[in-house]
Amino acid sequence: MGKTEKFKKLFFSTFQISACTFGGGFVIIPLLRKKFVEELGWIEEQEMLDLTAIAQSSPGAIAVNASILVGYRVAGFPGALVTIFGTILPPFLIISIISLFYKAFRDNVYVSMAMTGMLAGVTAVIFDVVYTMGKNIFKQKRVLPVLVLAGSFIATYFFKVNIVWIILVCAIVGMADTLYTEKKKKEAK
Amino acid sequence: MLLQLFFSFFQIGLFSIGGGYAAMPLIQEQVVDLHNWLTMTQFADIMTIAEMTPGPIAINSATFVGIQIAGIPGALVATFGCILPSCVIVLTLAYVYYRFRGLNVVQGVLAGLRPAVVAMIASAGISLFSMTLYGQRSFPADLTGLNVISLLIFAVGFFILRKWKVSPIAVMMGSGAAGIILSLLF
Repeated sequence: MGKTEKFKKLFFSTFQISACTFGGGFVIIPLLRKKFVEELGWIEEQEMLDLTAIAQSSPGAIAVNASILVGYRVAGFPGALVTIFGTILPPFLIISIISLFYKAFRDNVYVSMAMTGMLAGVTAVIFDVVYTMGKNIFKQKRVLPVLVLAGSFIATYFFKVNIVWIILVCAIVGMADTLYTEKKKKEAK
Repeated sequence: MLLQLFFSFFQIGLFSIGGGYAAMPLIQEQVVDLHNWLTMTQFADIMTIAEMTPGPIAINSATFVGIQIAGIPGALVATFGCILPSCVIVLTLAYVYYRFRGLNVVQGVLAGLRPAVVAMIASAGISLFSMTLYGQRSFPADLTGLNVISLLIFAVGFFILRKWKVSPIAVMMGSGAAGIILSLLF
């Protein structure tokens, strides 16, 4: 496959995937996997899992991160640029159009009723996400993650501590914890 | 103004780890609390619109906030600011990954962040819950006078999500329809 051909394929694949990914980054990963691992065979299965982990744990939108990684893997830095563009173009266009009509849209009484209902819906979705993620934390049966969770919640909700500080502190705690456990493992040997 | 937009969304991009829901509290902090670019109602609208339309929440809100404040250039600047940190960090990590696959310390940092991310999403979720019930961000002293229709939609939505693992977008559509029907009925 020629170079231009490859870039075209990258762009249209990510554009298409991004245009039909509702509901956040966790949805885009299986779609990317289907396209690039199963259909095109450009990326190996195990490699895709690793790239997913990187995408999920790096800052920023998971969808954007995953596209960057796929583009980089397939065609280096230029490939990443192409996939970024393909991924952000659909939401950019759609939101631009909606926001032009936002005022008329928002003042409509039916829209307002629907938005009130949907706000309740989003809140339910967020509570569901928190429940699922929280369950995984408690499942580890370790004290430290639960303490970090409780402490961060109190800090953000009650004391309105800047989120950046919480992330920095928790990163340091996580790093110290790993180094400590590894040292203990070594001593046990 | 454009510069400020850029830096705000740069920070949102840099510090939101773990997907769109994690970006939500950061967007709220930057856009509502720090700069007063949007009211809490507008913010809640964006979260709803962002959830309804395809694409990452952070990108959607960057575009929306940018346009509201400074037109199309604002949208471009905010979106660019939002993805720049990802680009730099992810490309660096990709490079590192292909050189040294699997690093313990990195794994440790991520493990430390996960509970904090859950806590922050929960905190933002409670703000939105209060918006749902009382139309304001923090719970009023007098807890009566809540929006019963919204509470009902929330409860049913949550139950359906837990029970049948349906897609969030289906729940949102259903909630919107229920909002119109129930408001007209009562």
